[in-house]
Order: sequence, then C-alpha cells, then structure tokens
Amino acid sequence: MKLKTLALAAAIAVAGTCTVLTSAPAFAQAKEQFFPVLVYRTGAYAPNGVPFANGYVDYLKYVNAKGGINGVKVTWEECETGYATDKGVECYERLKGKNATVFQPLSTGITFAITEKAPGDKIPIITAGYGRSESTDGMVFKWNFPLTGTYWDAADVLIQHIAKLEGGFDKLKGKKIALVYHDSPYGKEPIALLQERSKLNGFDLSLLPVAHPGIEQKATWLQIRQNRPDYVLLWGWGVMNSTAIKEAVATGYPRDKMYGVWWAGAEPDVKDVGDGAKGYHALALQHGAEPNSKIVQDVLKEVHDKGQGTGPREEVGQVLYMRGLMSAMLSIEGVKRAQERFGKGKWMSSEQARWGYENLALDQKKLDALGFTGVMRPISTSCADHRGAVWARIHTWNGSKWEFTSDWYEADQTIIKPMIKSAADKYATEKKIPRRTFEDCQSDTQKG
Amino acid sequence: MLYRENGQFKTNYASDQQIFPIAQDRVVIVALLAFAFVAVPFLASEYLFRAVLIPFLILSLAALGLNILVGYCGQISLGTGGFMAVGAYAAYNVLVRIDGVPLVVAILLGGVCATVVGVLFGIPSLRIKGLYLAVATLAAQFFCDWAFLRVRWFTNNSSSGSVNVGELNFFGWVIDTPAEKYLFCLGFVALFALLAKNLVRSHIGREWMAMRDMDVAASVIGIRPVYAKLTAFAVSSFFVGVAGALWGFVHLGAWEPAAFNIDRSFQLLFMVIIGGLGSIMGSFFGAAFIVVVPIVLDNAPILFGIPIDTATASHLTFMIFGALIVFFLIVEPHGLARLWSIGKEKLRLWPFPH
Repeated sequence: MKLKTLALAAAIAVAGTCTVLTSAPAFAQAKEQFFPVLVYRTGAYAPNGVPFANGYVDYLKYVNAKGGINGVKVTWEECETGYATDKGVECYERLKGKNATVFQPLSTGITFAITEKAPGDKIPIITAGYGRSESTDGMVFKWNFPLTGTYWDAADVLIQHIAKLEGGFDKLKGKKIALVYHDSPYGKEPIALLQERSKLNGFDLSLLPVAHPGIEQKATWLQIRQNRPDYVLLWGWGVMNSTAIKEAVATGYPRDKMYGVWWAGAEPDVKDVGDGAKGYHALALQHGAEPNSKIVQDVLKEVHDKGQGTGPREEVGQVLYMRGLMSAMLSIEGVKRAQERFGKGKWMSSEQARWGYENLALDQKKLDALGFTGVMRPISTSCADHRGAVWARIHTWNGSKWEFTSDWYEADQTIIKPMIKSAADKYATEKKIPRRTFEDCQSDTQKG
Repeated sequence: MLYRENGQFKTNYASDQQIFPIAQDRVVIVALLAFAFVAVPFLASEYLFRAVLIPFLILSLAALGLNILVGYCGQISLGTGGFMAVGAYAAYNVLVRIDGVPLVVAILLGGVCATVVGVLFGIPSLRIKGLYLAVATLAAQFFCDWAFLRVRWFTNNSSSGSVNVGELNFFGWVIDTPAEKYLFCLGFVALFALLAKNLVRSHIGREWMAMRDMDVAASVIGIRPVYAKLTAFAVSSFFVGVAGALWGFVHLGAWEPAAFNIDRSFQLLFMVIIGGLGSIMGSFFGAAFIVVVPIVLDNAPILFGIPIDTATASHLTFMIFGALIVFFLIVEPHGLARLWSIGKEKLRLWPFPH
C-alpha cells in the first residue's frame, strides 16, 4: 500500500469513528418520552425474541396513534443485544444517554449487569416475569421492577398445579419431579424455590441442566428415560424448547406431564413439532395467546390496518407478542401514573417514572379501559413489593393453538416472602447498601 | 521530513537499547499517554467511557497476554476465556471471603490464580504442538465453564450462579464514575504493557521467540523448553486473569460464566491475529478493531438517519465486519501492526521516496 493511501485510509477511519462515537448520545430531546427497546432479532433465541420485540414496538406505535401519553409523544429506538451480556451493556450505555425512561433488558444476564448500573444512573429496570427474584424487595432494589411475578412465583404455581392434579400437597410425597433447565442464571433461578418446596412437600427433585443454546439434549433425556420422573418442568428458551419436546417425543415421555415456564410456552416452541407437542402445558404468567382481546383488535385497527405493523399480521395476539405488548403497556402506564403525580401531559424524567412504577395501581377498571380485559389481572405495586401481582394460569397446546386449562393460581407468599427477604438481605450485605427507610419511600412521593 | 532519525547518535548501550530509540517516537508516546491520562477524562462522554474505552482497554490487556503466548512463544491457546473467568472468579472469592482485602490485591491474586491454572493447562504443551495444543487448551475453556457453572462454592452459593461485586475501593479512593473506572483500567494497562514490552526484550522474551521459531534448535542452543513454555503460559495467564478480573469488576459489575465463554476466547485470538502476532502494539490495534468497528457499524445507520430494520442492521454489521477482517488479512497477513510499521518506514522517506 502506498503511504498516501494508507494515511488517507487511516485519517478517514479515525474521523469516521470519532463522529460516530461522539455524536451518538448527543441528540437528547426532553419533550418526547424516550423508550429504549432492547431486542434480539438475531441469534439462537431470535424465533422467540422477534415476536416480543414486535409486540413491544407495536404498542408504542399504538400509543402514539392514540395521541401519546396524555399528549406526550412516545419515541423509541431498538438495540440488538443478541442475548449477549456485553452487547446488552453497550446498548444500555448507548440508549440511556438519550433520556431513557425505563429499560427492559429481556435477558437475565443483562438484568444482572445493569442492576449494578441503574442506581447510579437513576434509571428504572422492568423485568416483567423474569430477572432476579429477590428484586421484588423494593427496599433493597430501588430501581428493579419484576412486574407480574418472578421465576419463584412461576415455579410455585407450577407445583401448586401439579399438587392439585394429584389431589393435594400431601400426595406429592415421594413423587419425582425433574427440572430441565437452561444452564444460565435464567434457568437456575427457580432451583432455590423448588428445593424449598421439595423439602416442604417431600417430592424428589432432580436437576438436569442443558448447555446453551440447548440443541444437544440427548443425555438429559436418556436420564429422564431411566428415572421416569412423574413430571418434567421445562425451563428453556428459544430453540431449547422445541428440541426438548422433540426429545420427549423420541423418548416416549408423555407430553402432558411436561410443564414449561412462560418462556417455554409460546407458538415458536411448539409449532415445528406440530402434533407431537399436543398436550404440552406451560405456565401463562398473566396472559396467554389472546387474539380476540380488545387490545389486539385495537392494535390491528390502529397500527396494522394503517400499514405500520412491525411484524407479520398473523402473529399479532400470539403469546410472546402479547408479552411484548403487555410489557410496553406497563412501561407506559408507569409514566402515566407518574404524570398523575408530577403533572399531566408533561415529560417525565426516569426518576419520576420510577415513582410511577413503584406506585402502579392498575385496577380492573383501568385494565378494561386499556382493552386488557381478561388478558391480565390487576397489578398494584408498593415500596416493599415491586412485583405487583403473582397470578398465573396454565395453558395447553392442543395441536394448533394454546388454550387455558386451569383457573388462576396465586403463588404462595408464605414460602416466597422469607426467601426474598433473605436473598435481598444477602445482596444488601454483599454490596454494603442499607435497606431503604420508611421515610425514603415517603419522601419520594413528596418530591416534585 | 518530520519523522527522521538523522543526527540521533547512540553513544551508549542504554540509549541504543531503550524501548523507543527514535526521539520522535518518544515524543509521540509521551504525548499519547498524557492525552490518555489527562485530557481524555475531561473530554470523553460517559457512553464513550463505558461502552468503548473501558472494554477496549481491558480487552487490550487480555490480548496482550494472549499475544505473549501465541505471538511470542508460538503456543496457540483457545482457553483464554477460561483463564479470564478464573481471574474474575478468584478475585471475587478473595474479596468476598477475606475481610478487608484491598481491591488491587484481590485483582492481582485473581491473576495469580489464573497463572496457576494456566501453567497447569500449559503442561500438555511440552508434548503437543500447534493445532493439537489448540484443542488441548480448548479443554481448559470447557473445564472452567463447567467449574464455574457447577461448583457452587466458586459463586459463593449464589442461587442463580451469577455474582456481583460491591463498591470498588482503591485504597480509600472509591471508583464509581466512568472516568475513574477508565483511569483505573488505564493505569493497569499502561503498567502491564510496559512490563510486557520489557519482558519480550529481555532474555526470557528471546527464549520464547526462539521456542516459537524452532523448538528443536532452541533446545540445542541450551534453552529449556519446559521453562520457556511454562513461563510463557504463566505470564500470559497472569495478564489474562487480571484482565478477566477487571472485566468482571469494572466493566460488568455482575457476571455469569457466559461472559467468559468460548466466544470470548475466539474473539481474543482474532484480536491477536488481526492486530499482529508478536507485537505489543498489535494487541492494541486488534482490540480496537474488534471492539470499536462493530459499535461504529451498529451506530452508523441511526446516525445517518437511514431507516433500517434492527435485524438487517445487525446482519449488515456482521457482514461488513467479516469482510473487513478478510480484507485486512489479505492486504497484510501480518496484521495491523505490520501496516503500522510499513507506514513508519515510508514516513522516513517522505516526501522524497526513491
């Protein structure tokens, strides 16, 4: 290479890099409510990540079509994380500089990493149905909101359901339950609760980890064939779920004895397996597939009919799409709640939005007005409880769609509450942070 | 014109053997260091610190460590991610289990543990070479992944297997702002780069290079293969372990074994190959290339206001990035560091080349 070309190329590269890097966080606007959207539309988990992202963005579009949050326009920007923690951290850093309202990291690993950063940046994190279970304790985790429940609640509801099928908790004694889990913080979260439950109810718990991304499960299912557990709980994600069901078909393990967590209970998980997945159950944390709900009809009318839909029309109303839709709704409702306190029709800072998330009061009337009738139950949060609700149902794949097959369950807080308390205390001592005082909870409500 | 060494006479051994024998180089490097230590903390934005500079510095340190092993001693390793994990988890355990340990001591002890593990997994290198060694070091990667996922003691019985660290305290100086974290990492990187440069110019560095170029010949002239190879593994793993501890403590704050998986090992190996094998400068070039280019490519569509779907943007990033790697390897198989030295050579004659 000639020196001239070399020097020119170097100069262009450096100049380009500098412009991109310095100007990226520069255009922060205060008048519009900015929602960062962390997604994974590529990689091993894309089949499940895409419908979630579409639902999330569709709802934001829908809010704008309806005139914004009391007149405040909503803006957003997607950032591809690929489910990788370091990529997620980069996304977080990039988007927070644009006056981000709230983050929904959509990965347990990223949740852990940005939980460390959020208090310093004063940005709330919503982990609707995932994340770290102990972050329910708002007295320690001021900025985390595991709205709609955590993995501990999910595992507890599944055990309750199994107990009901067996005819009572006393009948669980001696039963064998296997947990097939994604070998990551996500998959390990329920273990603590299941162990607690197994001590209490006397069932045998066997833990069967599956390495990322979960395509290789032969050994796991061989173990299941040997041990013949009475029930299998599936804590998988993405391609791991459909693989697990296929392996169950191959080993002849009855699908109707398998229960997935809500990440393992959506259309992409069972579609490829077709009839083989018939009878497979999964947890529906709040909602399931709701193609007939009012909100879905509204979104179709306001967004898709105008040609602005984010994804394919036929996916609207599917399980993960609904999860995205509901998550976005929670993001928006927190801001709305904050506006009630700090000024209607005004832009809310992330700190003000945090107050909104901590004082969410989505009662049945509000849910009806939003079009979420029947989709979910009321949620109300407080300083001590950042989760708001612990209701879930079971739905079953009938070969062509998900159908509810149980009534609502409420996770047993007599078991979960002490666990949350001790885990949160452990975190607080490790991090050397004091618990928030009663006054701190109060003072937030006073601040203007 | 400017970059010319005419008239710079070396009158003693010290001046002949210094790291930068040319006066202009010394000026540039001092200016660069001064800029990095003094100006950057005031100029850079938080995003630049946390998303670009800190990861760049830490991965440079890891690449530096790997370059000692692969570039200088010729032992291909795919266990770098695993050694980083050892450093991070060891430092975490020291900090959690021993009360009142200073942060720096914990990080360095993390490096020491990585050294021990590195030497252990380096022992097969005495028997096997080349690609076979790469496969053997892959075992180190998988073993570390397994250990930190399965052995609950390492994660202090954390229920989810994820660990987090408290405040970073450097002898009373609480490191919490991005600029402070940047300076903390920069201090480590500058010191370790100096250490590495001096090691590779010393007799031990020459032993490594002799081993790399031809191990039989090296042993004939009296270099002990055991000593040369294992020291390379030790020094390399120490650097990598410290980088791992910094990655966990300073960059992520909370991490899981997946932060140090096989992808990280490959990423570091690519850095070393693209940056330039057997070059300290090359480690920095490689780290800059692999850390910064994808971020720039990711940001570009939004910056120029091109409405592009996130998935497409992400795929484009992969494609362009891959094409760039291929391009650079074709243009200069010896890495970016070689391009740099060609540039310097040409600059000496500029503007009147023969």
